[in-house]
Amino acid sequence: MLEVMKGIFSKEDSTSKDLAKERLRLVLVHDRIGVSPELIDDMKEELIEVISKYLDIDEDGLEMDLDRNDNSVALIANIPVKSLNNR
Amino acid sequence: MGKCIVITSGKGGVGKTTTSANLGTGLAKLGKRVVLIDADIGLRNLDVVLGLENRIVYDIVDVVEGNCRLEQALIKDKRYSSLCLLPAAQTRDKTAVNPDQMKELCEKLKKDFDYIVIDSPAGIEQGFKNAIAGADRALVVTTPEVSAVRDADRIIGMLEAEGLYDPELIINRVRIDMMNRGDMMNIEDMIEILAIKLLGVVPEDEKIVISTNKGEPVVLSDSSQSGEAFWNITRRLEGEEIPLISLEEGMLDRFKRIVGLR
Ligand SMILES: Nc1ncnc2c1ncn2[C@@H]1O[C@H](COP(=O)(O)OP(=O)(O)OP(=O)(O)O)[C@@H](O)[C@H]1O
Ligand SMILES: [Mg+2]
Repeated sequence: MLEVMKGIFSKEDSTSKDLAKERLRLVLVHDRIGVSPELIDDMKEELIEVISKYLDIDEDGLEMDLDRNDNSVALIANIPVKSLNNR
Repeated sequence: MGKCIVITSGKGGVGKTTTSANLGTGLAKLGKRVVLIDADIGLRNLDVVLGLENRIVYDIVDVVEGNCRLEQALIKDKRYSSLCLLPAAQTRDKTAVNPDQMKELCEKLKKDFDYIVIDSPAGIEQGFKNAIAGADRALVVTTPEVSAVRDADRIIGMLEAEGLYDPELIINRVRIDMMNRGDMMNIEDMIEILAIKLLGVVPEDEKIVISTNKGEPVVLSDSSQSGEAFWNITRRLEGEEIPLISLEEGMLDRFKRIVGLR
């Protein structure tokens, strides 16, 4: 993930091959599990809904994406919690 | 028993037919008995790249439909008597041969040849499935572009789903000047992303265009970088450990370690 972020934020001074590599990485993560970025967004919305029933979460700070390590792909989510509800 | 190798790519126009012609010819030059199958039915190409287009009488569809015997459809190469071509049909479509027929054909040919090299059509449709049906080993050709590598990844997944594990990669049309400038993905990046074994790298070379004009595979010329690259790939196919040519060396710092040559 960090790698990807770096790729995105340092567009100016990176060569076109670095851009190619990062774009390829991202597109392959989605190709390999057959899930589009929009679908991930939809899932994120629904997850927020469900989790919000139980926890007071910081929606703006929520991060969720697919990450790839060699041949495995993981769904990584970081969901900041503000406080516990109703307790 | 011979071995059956299919040359695939996903994206079209990346060099499957050029690679098939050169590896088939290279293997014949090594003294092997080789049959090249053009599985791109409807878009016959391998015959012209080999300069054999005027000798075709029967084709692969005639063979599977029983219009002729298999031996009648095999065209002998001009240069090597141990090299044959089984041409594609030009006026039929991809459904004219099915996977079972292809498998049977490959099994028959394996008895008389050391290598069967199949030139697959582009894409992931029926033509691709037919082409890989009889294969024991698959090579994937790509160019150093995002779209071609993406499609190569798709093909690798499909090959594995069909039981063709450990396909090997050929990276074609590489330009060292662009790689040095950082304007072309380097070999290491592509291998890492695709997680696949590299079989060889072929430079962008106008000699390929010239050799295709003449109908003489570039692997037969001693003085071209692309010819040397294809010759090296041929010998690696045969299991020899061939070090990289100087051009490959310049752009491949870690490649030698990856293939265990250093
Ligand atoms: N290394 C190279 N340098 C220069 N030209 C090349 C190189 N490799 C292939 N070409 C040219 O690129 C074109 C496409 O090559 P080729 O027909 O082998 O691709 P293909 O993958 O078989 O295409 P298709 O998907 O249409 O079957 C041809 O004109 C060929 O001469
Ligand atoms: Mg072709």
